[in-house]
Formats: sequence, structure tokens, C-alpha cells
Amino acid sequence: MSIPRLDRRTLLRGAATGGALLGLQGLMPAWAQTGSPGLRADLPTLAGPNIDLTVGHSPFTVGGRTGHAVTINGVLPAPLLRLREGQNARLSVTNTLDEDTSIHWHGLLLPFQMDGVPGISFPGIKARETFVYEFPIRQSGTFWYHSHSGLQEAMGHYGPLVIDPAGPDPVGYDREHVLVLSDWSFIHPHEILEKLKKSPGYFNRQRTTLAGLLDGSDRMSLDERRMWGQMRMDPRDILDVNGSTYTYLINGHGPQENWTGLFRPGERVRLRIINASAMSIFNVRIPGLPMTVVQADGENVRPVETDEFQISVAETYDVIVRPTEDRAYTIVSEAIDRSGMGRATLAPRLGMIAEVPPLREVPNLTMRDMGMDHGGMGGMDHGAMAGVDHGAPAQGAVPADDMAGMSMAGMNMRDPDNAPPDMAVSVGVDMVAMSPSNRLGERPLGLTDVDHRVLVYTDLVSLTPNKDQRPPSRTMEIHLTGNMERFMWGFDGRKFSELVEPIRFERDERVRVTLVNNTMMAHPIHLHGHFFELVTGGPAGHQPLKHTVNVAPGSKVTFDLTADAPGDWAFHCHMLMHMHAGMFNVVTVRPLDGAAS
Amino acid sequence: MSRLALAFAPLILAASAFSAQAQDSHAGHTMPATSALTRPAPDPAPTPQTPVQPAAQDPHAGHVMPPAQTSPAADPHAGHQMPAPPKAADPHAGHDMSMMSMGPPDVPTSADNPGRPPEAPVPAAALSGPTHAADLVFGADAMAAARQTLIAENGAIRSTAVIIDRLEASFGDGEETWLWDVQGWTGGDINRFWWKSEGKGDFSGGLEEAELQALYSRAVTPFWDVQAGVRQDFRPDGEDTTHLVLGLQGLAPYWWEVDAAAFLSTDGDLTARVEAEYDLRITQRWILQPRFEIDASASDIPDLEIGSGLSSIEAGLRLRFEFHKEFAPYVGVEWSRALGGTADYIEARGGEADDTRFVVGLKAWF
Repeated sequence: MSIPRLDRRTLLRGAATGGALLGLQGLMPAWAQTGSPGLRADLPTLAGPNIDLTVGHSPFTVGGRTGHAVTINGVLPAPLLRLREGQNARLSVTNTLDEDTSIHWHGLLLPFQMDGVPGISFPGIKARETFVYEFPIRQSGTFWYHSHSGLQEAMGHYGPLVIDPAGPDPVGYDREHVLVLSDWSFIHPHEILEKLKKSPGYFNRQRTTLAGLLDGSDRMSLDERRMWGQMRMDPRDILDVNGSTYTYLINGHGPQENWTGLFRPGERVRLRIINASAMSIFNVRIPGLPMTVVQADGENVRPVETDEFQISVAETYDVIVRPTEDRAYTIVSEAIDRSGMGRATLAPRLGMIAEVPPLREVPNLTMRDMGMDHGGMGGMDHGAMAGVDHGAPAQGAVPADDMAGMSMAGMNMRDPDNAPPDMAVSVGVDMVAMSPSNRLGERPLGLTDVDHRVLVYTDLVSLTPNKDQRPPSRTMEIHLTGNMERFMWGFDGRKFSELVEPIRFERDERVRVTLVNNTMMAHPIHLHGHFFELVTGGPAGHQPLKHTVNVAPGSKVTFDLTADAPGDWAFHCHMLMHMHAGMFNVVTVRPLDGAAS
Repeated sequence: MSRLALAFAPLILAASAFSAQAQDSHAGHTMPATSALTRPAPDPAPTPQTPVQPAAQDPHAGHVMPPAQTSPAADPHAGHQMPAPPKAADPHAGHDMSMMSMGPPDVPTSADNPGRPPEAPVPAAALSGPTHAADLVFGADAMAAARQTLIAENGAIRSTAVIIDRLEASFGDGEETWLWDVQGWTGGDINRFWWKSEGKGDFSGGLEEAELQALYSRAVTPFWDVQAGVRQDFRPDGEDTTHLVLGLQGLAPYWWEVDAAAFLSTDGDLTARVEAEYDLRITQRWILQPRFEIDASASDIPDLEIGSGLSSIEAGLRLRFEFHKEFAPYVGVEWSRALGGTADYIEARGGEADDTRFVVGLKAWF
């Protein structure tokens, strides 16, 4: 076991400098305060078996401006909860708000009534009431927790949760830092949603323009623009809410506040990175420092070294870095539409900074993001493309420039025949992918051309063999649907508010589920109470386990699920506004324990 | 009859724009349904992998599995030299890699199947009770209220908008005039109450005419709403006509915002109007907006100086600056021309059928 012993000098130095800054940082939990000398795995901030949490209103200051936050124990992000596999957790949550609240333990395997989704798992926590969550901890890894009530999560109601393994940790490290990535706006989330309903491109200040066409900076020809216009789609519609209103935070610090984590050269530093954003997908890199991914969504994976990875909303990645030089490194969490970035620093001493790279150029969406498979990776189906006039030869991972030769004539972007029979091709569906491609092996949006290594989902291989290796007995197809112009989102063409049928599984049934993204936006799809195995085509029996998977625009993702957790569970897009607009459903697993049917 | 057709022409025109989306959703049902059960579910890893990687075979064997990339050497670049550490050391790595390069399996979906074949049925046991698991723990009453909130908070969003499309003053031929063109709605995604109001007047002579429409608006395709309701006109001379309204509003291909409507007055006169606007973004904040409006009438309406057929066309070009997305003042020009019988009426009283004006105004919404 290589749990590190904290160096006393580091501790003292951290305490001294940290103390000077404390006045400014009353809102930060100790572990998130800048200059954190590193966490010891055995020295948690809040540990079990009994933990008291209080949800309330707090002011939150970033970039010199103060706004209103909903917080847990008065801090943003919420306290780090440090639990141990095998223990029993007893978490008392007191609500001091005037409205209902809740805490969902994201990624935890627990009895359904402890999952914390009002209306599914429990009735919610009423104003000025306390609810006691109690459940055994059956796993280890990096997780997080957040409100599942209204839009409280977008106002600061989220925090990290780390579970240490009962036995030795297969990941060796000398020091660790938790990095909670998030987005903060001074506009109330309900107002953000209201603006999106009236003007879905409201926050986009990076749209294609005439000036950009004339000087070539849009990197898009007139022909392509005409094609996008014909479809009433925006090739720059990448994040609905972005840096035009968001300040991107790392551990509650804006880029100027520059959260700093310390290391001693030569140490193996474990970074537990959690994307607790409401609406932001990030590309994460530490220029000059390769990262070895050792865990995804709290499940260990075979170590894989990379230079940059995309982290969608609600995903977690643990990476090991080993800075050997006596210098600072900048941790960059760049929004995928390049409208802003979060920034933090890893340094041997406080006050050291490294160069902050500029924002890179805004990516353009391509035909593949529209569910048109123009060559590319394995499994291309030319048959489905019959009738399409390929002006240009098919090319892999088509960059925007290659779309010019395409003729749109005769294509049906919304053919109900491309949808499953139970899907409603309704007002809420502006597109049905003609030829969705499996993009798990492709570099994510904006990273296709970077000249360093980029993590792709197919790089993830479960460290331990999958527990259930039965072949699936059933297949299921779920379509992610939307109407960008009306900001409507749903599954299979329906919003949850339309009283949809739940998605039903038999207990212990093994099902192969394919998610088809009929929209031009990425959707981080999260299933509560379970981990599913991404079908990546990797080593047999070692499919990576995930609680949340980012389904790239116009693509399909297949996962195998063993529905082994009886009860009712939420299944939704973790883009908070997409969920609120209807991209949500209930998964039922029956029969229940000893329940009469 | 032909007059009717003429009046509805704009509607028909606009309707053709959205008919492309209004697919027959049952088109595929006549196709022979190849059962989803017969669909191949490809094995994610067809190649047997006997001795995989040492780490994977027994992850706990070494108790501490140092990340091979970073642990062995103090050399900061050690990691760079090791492309895929544990794999590379494994004799079967090549096997693995070649499989990886093939990419993930392409599991067929509906897009690969003609028609809409049904999916495999849900096993009977999955349908066993209870309907709501948490009812057993917390009671059905406590859960029912929370469930209602959950339903409301996941899709049932209602919103209210007020859009001031044009609030402007115009100058030309010694006349200084003003107009408003405002609309708003309240409701959900499909059903909305929609109101519209237009009015114009002279800075010296006061209100010339104004109208107010109250409409029920229903989203019928992804980009188009059908609207029906009433319109009330107000004129200083007392010609306060009431109309029935049937319209179509939405977004045409190439991002043209179109509003087309036919009006049947209590006097039995049928008229129609089509408006179209396009936002050409010069930069993120400077926007040039061409705008067209065509008016037509099925009959001769002497009281209003409207002749039958196309009665007038307007073409405007407005350049606005978005200080905020919600607040954008503009300047522009607008050319208008009365046509046919309408032009005759105007010329008969010494007016000009042709008019070009300079406009200054504000576009705003909230």
C-alpha cells in the first residue's frame, strides 16, 4: 500500500500560507482552498460513519463579484466526503431552504430508496426537515453528490465523494488532489433556461458571420454555410450555455483565483477529476505533463497514458501525473466550444505559476455530427447512404472543409423509417440520424487535429474482469431526440412530462442497449444505481464500466447492462437544462426484493 | 373561388415549406417487419483472448499496481517513450491492438433497417409490480406529490415572451411617421397563446391605423406553428374591422423567419399578409436584416383603399447593433409600393404609390 505520509514541512508551509489566504476563502472547504498541500487518503474532510450536511443559501464570490449560491455546509463546492468501502454510511441532510431539496449520490450502488431523486426514490427533503440516508458502501473510487431538485445543482449544490478501497489500492500514488470542475453564472438558472426557450442561440457569441466568411476565419465555405442554413442548423451550436455567461471553476476558484495544488518533484500525484458542471463539457490537459488515466467514473481501468481528455458532465477521471521538475504546471479545463476555460496550477510552492495557454479556435460541427456517416471508422454502412450524392470521396473523420462537395438533394434528415417503432417523430424531433456511427474510437469534438495524444473511449479497459459475462438476452434502442430551435429535449421523441412509459428491465436481465443521438449536441447520459459496460470492442470480458457516457452528436453508443439493482431509477441527460426540458425517464427493475407483484 | 385561392396563396406557399417535414409517420409500416430478435447482436470481442495482460489477470496480485508510465524512472520523459506500457510488454499486445484499431463494433440500429421493425418484447417479470417502488417505502401519498413535481420539472416548461420586432420612426417625403410591430406568447412547447400588434401613425397627425391579434398557436412540425384567432383593427375614422385569422408562423429553410396569415373580416373581405425576415450576421453584434412584406386582397375594399389582387409590397434593410441580444437599435431603409387597384386608389387622391423611407428604430425582447 502506498498511501503517502504527508511531509511535515509541506504541511506547515501549506498551513502558513493557507492561513493568510483564509480570510478570502471562507466559502471554500479546506481541501479546496488554494494551496492545498494535498490530501491524505486517511485524513478525510468529512468522514463516516455519521456525517451531517446542511443545505442552505450562501453568497459566492468569484472574479470580484458576489452572487447567490445554494450550498452544502455553506461551502462551494460542498465538503469532500471521504468514505471507506465496507463501511456503513449514515448521512443526515438538513434542509434550511424554503423549497425542497435532495442529494443524489452520483455513481453509488445503493438501495433505490437512498438514491435521492425526489419523485422516484423518495419524496424529497422538505423545507426545514432532515432526511437520513443510510446505506452500506459497496465500492471504491471517485464520485460526487449533488441536488436532484429543480436547478439547485447549477447554483452550487454539488461536492466530491471519495471512497477508499477496503483492500490495497491498485493505483499507487504519493499524494492526491481532488479537482471539481464546474460552471458558475450570475444569471439564475431558471432565467438561463427561459432565455434558451426564447432564443436557443442566446449564449452563443461565436456563430459564423459574414466577416468570418470573408476573412476565412470561420473555416467554412459558402456552400457549406448554405447547406447548414438550408437545414436550419448551426454548425457552432456546441454548448447551449457557455463562457459568455459562465465562469469556469476548479474547486470553486475562477481562472484568476488560480487554485493551486502542491507537489514535490518526483511524486506520483493522483488527480481525482470530477465534472460537476450543469452544462459544460471540458477538454482537460496539463501542458508539459502526460497524464496516466487509471480510473473512469470510479472504476479502475488499465493505465493508459494521454495528453488530453474530454470529460463530459458528471463523468470522473482519475489520472496520475509525475512532475519531476521544480516548476509549475497549468491545469486547463477548456470548454469544448472554446468560449472559456477553468485554470488551476500544480506547483512545488505556492505563488508559482506556469504559462496559461490561449483558448484554441472554435471547432465547427461536421456531417458526422448530423448522423451522416461519411466513411470514417469501422462499420460504415454504405447501403444506408444509397441515394446520397457523394460529391467528394468518403474520408475518415471528415473535417468541415470536406463537406463542400455534398449535395443535400434527396436526403431526408428526418425519416421516421430510421427511427424505432416506439419513437414519436414529433415536433420535438428536428432530425433522425440517417446513419449514426459508433464514434467511441474517435477523438472528441475539437481534438481531432491536436498534435498530442487524446483519450478516446476505446482506450478504456476495465482493470478487473466484468462480473457478468453472459451474452445479452435482449437488445434495446433508445433515441436521444431534440428540437434545438424550440429547446425541446427527450428520449424517443417524448419529453418525460408527456407521461412516458418507463424503461423496464427484469431483475438480473442482461440487455444490450444502443443509444442513438439524433441531435447535433453531445448528451452525457446517466443511469442511476447501475454501472453499464461500454461495448468498445476492447479485450473480451474487460469492457469499461461507466455510470455516465457522453453520446457524441449524430452517433450511437452501445452498452451492456446487467439490471441487478431492483427498484426505480432515474435515467437522463446530465446536461441540466436538457434534463429539465424533458430528456429524462425512469428505469424500473423488477421484481423487487420479496415484493408481492 | 379563384379569389380565395389568391388570398390563401401565401399560406399555401408557406405550407409547402414545412410539408417536407410532415412525413407520413406510417410510411414504414407496410414494410415487412424483420423482427428485432433476428438482428445480429455482434459479439463485442470475437477473438478469444487467452492470456490477456498480467495486470488484468490478477489485478490484486501485486497489491500495488504502479502506473507503469510514471513510476519506473525519474526521467520526466520516461512516459513518452512508452506508448502503451503494459500492453507493449505483452506478447499478445499486437493482437489486442489490431482489434482496437478496428474500432468499436457497429451494432445495427433502426437506421440500418428498412421500415420500423418492432423491438424485442420486455420479459414478463419486468412488468411485475409495484408500479412505483418507492411507494412501498414512503407510502403512495407522499410519493404522489413528489412525482407530480418531477413530471412538471422534466419537460413541462412554460414561458412568456414579448418581442418588439420594430419600434421605429421613418422619414421621407417630408413626412415623419412611426410604427410598432410587437408580438408575444405565453405557454408550453406545443400550445401557446400568441398576440400580435401593429400600428402606425404620423408624428403630426396621430394614429393612422392599429391592429391587435389574439391567437391560439400550436406547434405542428419542428419549425412551424399554426395560428388561429381574431384580429381587431382600430382606425380614427371608425373603420374598426374585426377579422378571423388563420396563419402559419415559423422558420423556413435558410433561417428565414416567416409569418403568413389570411384574414376574413366581418364584412366578408378576405385579405392576406406574408412577412419574411432574415438575420445576416456581419459580426457577432452587427446584423443586417432584409425584410419583406406582401399584402393581398381577394376583393376590392374601397373604404380602405385596397384593390383586389396583390395590394402592396415592402422591402426593408435594417442594420442593427446588439448591445445585448435583447436590445438592438437599428437604422435602415424601407421601400414600399402599392400595386394594382390599391395604387389606383392612392394615385386618385394625389398620393404616390411608391415610397422610400429612412428608418431608425429598436428591436428588443424580454
